[in-house]
Amino acid sequence: METKKTSLYQLHQDCNAKFVEFAGYQMPIQYSEGIVEEHKFTRNHSGIFDVSHMGQLFIYGGEDLIKDLEKIFPLDLKNLKLNHSKYSFLMDKDAGIHDDLIITKTNEGFLIILNAACKDNDFKILKELLKERYKMVLDENKSLIAIQGPKSSQILNEVFDGVKDLNFMSGNWFTFDNKKVFITRSGYTGEDGFEISILNNFADKLTRELINKGSKLIGLGARDTLRLEAGLCLYGHDLDKDKTPVEANLKWAISKERISKGDFIGSDIIIKQLNNGVDKIRVGIKPEGKIIAREKTKIFNQFDVHIGEITSGTFGPSVNGPVAMGYVENEFSKKNTKVFLEIRGKKHPANICSLPFYKKSYVKGVN
Amino acid sequence: MSEVKYSKEHEWIKLDGDVATIGITKHATEMLGDIVFAELPEKGSSVDKDGTAGVVESTKAASDVYTPVSGEVVDINQEIVDDPSKINQDPENTAWFFKLKIKDKSELNSLMSKEDYDKFAKEGSA
Repeated sequence: METKKTSLYQLHQDCNAKFVEFAGYQMPIQYSEGIVEEHKFTRNHSGIFDVSHMGQLFIYGGEDLIKDLEKIFPLDLKNLKLNHSKYSFLMDKDAGIHDDLIITKTNEGFLIILNAACKDNDFKILKELLKERYKMVLDENKSLIAIQGPKSSQILNEVFDGVKDLNFMSGNWFTFDNKKVFITRSGYTGEDGFEISILNNFADKLTRELINKGSKLIGLGARDTLRLEAGLCLYGHDLDKDKTPVEANLKWAISKERISKGDFIGSDIIIKQLNNGVDKIRVGIKPEGKIIAREKTKIFNQFDVHIGEITSGTFGPSVNGPVAMGYVENEFSKKNTKVFLEIRGKKHPANICSLPFYKKSYVKGVN
Repeated sequence: MSEVKYSKEHEWIKLDGDVATIGITKHATEMLGDIVFAELPEKGSSVDKDGTAGVVESTKAASDVYTPVSGEVVDINQEIVDDPSKINQDPENTAWFFKLKIKDKSELNSLMSKEDYDKFAKEGSA
């Protein structure tokens, strides 16, 4: 299959991007300044991320759609306010995670942002579950541009007046060149920021305008170090079909109201795990010293018993040291538990720690 | 002091008497990106030509560092362990990795000149 290009491909090239293939797309992993500088620029100023490879699924419908989607997602969608968003998951009947996603209630139905590698499969699953009763569009005509970091609100407000007044996890319609764009205050870096859904033909012009106003393009490399420092999961690594939201320590994202009724896909397992606990759970792991523990690194307890595995690990530029997350047996998940990581044949000490590694700076209105 | 030679694994080596100083090339650091971790061989240990003699990690991935010649490790550069970003800043000079008392100078014969290496690196990344 030929790799796809986003509408910002030319701009990435103009900015000396190094490309990698990611989920079938040619995506920028970094630009000339490198991952560490890009990471810090996002934390201190403002970074632009091309996330157009992610799926933008529009499902059109009203009251019936809400009822049907509540059978799928563990969310209180009925009481979700117009233009507000929630983090959630598409699960199988065993509560294994097909994908993690952001769902937003719009005036016409729902917009769901899906992971690039999962979007086609998600579409198939959802189409089947909804029995083709609703119009569903996995929109290839729109780009998705994220702008993240403390200066982003000010910069974006120069282009879209009023955008600075959006609350975290809510959105609204704005106009660019007389075309409608949907902007939500959200992101995946641990910083205040926005995601802009815009027609492909206008994405390049908008992004160049944001660069002129002081923001910079940031690659997928820094996106990964930013999200990991923020303790956020990456699908296919920290989440997959063998892990449930409770095991992933994401029970905060499951509506309590919906658990009491328990009528969504995977609810039996979720309720059982919430009541009885889980065998393994996702934790933050801080290696002592400078050594970096990558994905698939084995975790041992002090008696040399294998108790888990790293699912994401890298160097955190803002933490200025190694950061990791992974799954360990529940009894070893307490903060400050000493564990050992097997790296290149040697065991290195590390400590279980709370997430995030880097404190979030979201604006008012967090959940 | 002799000329600097280069390996296909992107190490440079400079011989001074029977002690060789070894590091990784600028081209290697550009391919790796920001280096955030370095592991060096132990002083006093012996390393064999083309064997692993250390590790560098960038934000993206870990890579082995090989030694282009055999010998005994007589010195290591602790500065790059304490601050790995120095490797990106000055890879072919102050950010050397280790020094070897070499056994067999003829092992250097198979290595590349600067000109050959630059050509090799250019072709490899094209």
